[in-house]
Amino acid sequence: MKVIYTDVLVIGGGLAGLRIAIGARRRGHDAIVLSLVPPKRSHSAAAQGGMQASLGNVAKGQGDNEDVHFEDTVKGSDWGADQQVVRMFVNTAPKAVRELAAWGVPWSRVRQGDREVIINGQKVTITERAAAHGLVAQRDFGGTKKWRTCYVSDGTGHAMLFAVGDQAIASGVPVHERKEALALIHDGSRCYGAVVRDLMTGELTAYVAKATAIATGGAGRVYRVTTNAVICEGIGAALALETGAAALGNMEAVQFHPTGIFPAGILVTEGCRGDGGLLRDAHGHRFMPDYEPEKKELASRDVVSRRMEEHIRKGNGAKSRFGEHLWLDITLLGRKHIEHNLREVKEICQYFLGVDPAEKWIAVRPAQHYTMGGVRTKHTGESPTLRGLFAAGEAACWDMHGFNRLGGNSVAETVVAGMIVGEFIADFIESPKGDIDIPTALIREAGAAARAKLDTLLHGGGGTERADALKIEMQQIMTDKVAIFRTGADLEEAVHRLQALLVRSRNIGLRHRSDGPNPELVTAYRTQKMLKVALCIATGALTRTESRGAHFREDFPRRDDAHWLKRTLATWKDPSDTLPCLAYEPLDVLSMELPPGWRGYGAKDYVDHPDTPRRAEELQRLRERLQGADRHAVQSEIMPYEHMLPARFRGRNERIDERMS
Amino acid sequence: MSDPTPVPAAATPRKLRFHVLRHDPRDPQSVPHTEVFELEEAAGMTLFIALNEIREQLDASLAFDFVCRAGICGSCGMVINGRPGLACRTLTQDLPADITLAPLPAFELIADLSVNTGKWMRGMSERLETWVHAVEQDPDLRRIEAPMDPELADRIYELDRCIECGCCVAACGTARMREDFVGAVGLNKIARFSLDPRDSRTDEDYYELVGNDDGVFGCMTLLGCHDVCPKNLPLQTQIAFLRRRMARTGAG
Repeated sequence: MKVIYTDVLVIGGGLAGLRIAIGARRRGHDAIVLSLVPPKRSHSAAAQGGMQASLGNVAKGQGDNEDVHFEDTVKGSDWGADQQVVRMFVNTAPKAVRELAAWGVPWSRVRQGDREVIINGQKVTITERAAAHGLVAQRDFGGTKKWRTCYVSDGTGHAMLFAVGDQAIASGVPVHERKEALALIHDGSRCYGAVVRDLMTGELTAYVAKATAIATGGAGRVYRVTTNAVICEGIGAALALETGAAALGNMEAVQFHPTGIFPAGILVTEGCRGDGGLLRDAHGHRFMPDYEPEKKELASRDVVSRRMEEHIRKGNGAKSRFGEHLWLDITLLGRKHIEHNLREVKEICQYFLGVDPAEKWIAVRPAQHYTMGGVRTKHTGESPTLRGLFAAGEAACWDMHGFNRLGGNSVAETVVAGMIVGEFIADFIESPKGDIDIPTALIREAGAAARAKLDTLLHGGGGTERADALKIEMQQIMTDKVAIFRTGADLEEAVHRLQALLVRSRNIGLRHRSDGPNPELVTAYRTQKMLKVALCIATGALTRTESRGAHFREDFPRRDDAHWLKRTLATWKDPSDTLPCLAYEPLDVLSMELPPGWRGYGAKDYVDHPDTPRRAEELQRLRERLQGADRHAVQSEIMPYEHMLPARFRGRNERIDERMS
Repeated sequence: MSDPTPVPAAATPRKLRFHVLRHDPRDPQSVPHTEVFELEEAAGMTLFIALNEIREQLDASLAFDFVCRAGICGSCGMVINGRPGLACRTLTQDLPADITLAPLPAFELIADLSVNTGKWMRGMSERLETWVHAVEQDPDLRRIEAPMDPELADRIYELDRCIECGCCVAACGTARMREDFVGAVGLNKIARFSLDPRDSRTDEDYYELVGNDDGVFGCMTLLGCHDVCPKNLPLQTQIAFLRRRMARTGAG
């Protein structure tokens, strides 16, 4: 087996992975990116609506800053997030937008003067300031107090990915395309790289690295109905899980996006509602104000998705031969706005529904969209239990989204995490911790183990199970039983059936036995991995007997901080196991900047953590003592975090209303 | 694997016949040939759904590429009834019952309908240096960003919408004759960066990159690129502008 040595091995060529590689290169280290597909085809490109960063340039964003972004994100997470990580993120996001602006992203810009927008179904005139003319513009998104989402029409992810992809080329980062990591090379406490399969030739190569970073995105394809690209199969999470040493955090936290087009599940952006689009039922009635009178269509995603399903259950869904759905109405935005700011949406409607959204409503229903959970890491991006293994972006759980992610915070996280983790990886490599001393036997054995697994599938055992059938059954179970509304009985059934599938997946037989470009072989080994990820989701959901963010248990509808203000950690101890081991990591209320409270949706009904009143009092006293001090000073007294950021990305962010000298 | 397959339409569904060009260049036994697969049409069926059904039900070895299946990522360019296009957003209802599928020409064949556009695009990007050559090397990220005329930002985005799917190269007469021709995709990128004030390069610099027969002077104005571009990029006008400017620069 060929061996390739490098400093940093990045698995995944989307925004997070590319940005890590660029960061490492700029610090003088070698980095190789592995990508299943040409990197500019990564799922990052599908982020349409935009990236949150508190620049506060537009009139409706005035007064925005890191504090407001922090509060929105923590509330959005239903207090599941690591608040220090959220602080690191919100302080770096404006810098990320500005870096991307310098790298050529054609951000949509503010035009000074009056403009007409649609708010709450009404035409409203907004006057943009002269001082903001030509600066990066922001649009409204769900769950935010201010207009904070920076955008490039509705092709934001595409524009970002191309700019970052081109910078990677400029920095001389090699991207090894159509390569798939099959297993991490490790000794139980230190990660040394990965065994990698060439998807064109079938050849195995060992990549040995001082630091290995997983940036493979989410696991949406364990579901049947998802907005995710076909490559988002949770394989990075599975690679970490299969080490037995690294843990996955909060895998039961799965987001469903309110507006997947029906029935294909292709995403139309939250920007549709942010720009003034409305949700309607079979009768044409705008129903969201009935449920959420304050935030209406722009409540947090988990809330809107639940309300939509609830409304369908009450018999208000529009019927079609594929099942029931609701309508997204953007006709009121006008053709000019749609053709300018929502053009991808227009194309999607035109090609997949045969509908012109300037004239007709769009059939939508919630679809799986985002994996809040992922490889559990410290704030540096490194696994606390497997040295030298890092993770970033949707594949990671460092954990800034808790149990529900805000729209616009994911594509922001990819570049911000890439920036931060890239620096920490460079620090790691430059320190003695980064040194490696790897026995060649370890490489040989890892290669042999991977080879043996492939040979079993290709030539061994006379297996009779069909990989694609198992995969479809898994996806159907997840979509039917581990979805928006969850119950103990459904989840138990799901766990039971997934376990049976996992056992059957050990007996897959192939019809096509070529070791070269062989899609059936790929489906076979990925299905074995995906089933483990699906089991982490289902088991985590079954065990968590409360409702928090996107995890909603009909049999336990209240958030229960007293028992469940903790992060789920899933590990897979033995390859022959059929269930993950679950452990829990408590969140420390006494160090929180924002102690748990009411998110502002539905009834004010949750069980408090015993420490919450004490922390609230403490903070009140602190705030009284610091009255008159500036917001940065107050913040750093309450929950210091700036020392945790890489030196390069510290410092305040300038705004029109907060000038720097 | 495909999204939930729509149920068959109420009327008697059509029998579709897919004539797929098959070849594995790494297999010395393989000879390029057409194989026919029959499927029953379903309502709302795209080529993404159809090809996945063929793979699931008829031939597990059929090679093709899809990623986003939403017309965004550019992975699934192929020649559909003689015309390059994105398979994922092509509805079978818009095609006759006999559907011919072939890999994009001009790119290295991986197998069947899968071609190596990634390698080609990376090579083109390296040659044309398709990144902003920054005027300001290390901007202070804490400071307010440099303003840009909103109209100009929109015009840059218009050209930035290219998804590097390769359809323009596959439809290009010059690309068939000149292996190193940068294609409309490459010329469009030069047009995009020359529009961008953040890029310090001058027309003389761009002339060095595309002022020859592998660049803008190789274009024979057949404009197949313009006709097939899935993103409707204004390739015809951009190439014409660029040719005029480069001719002037060359003569200059």
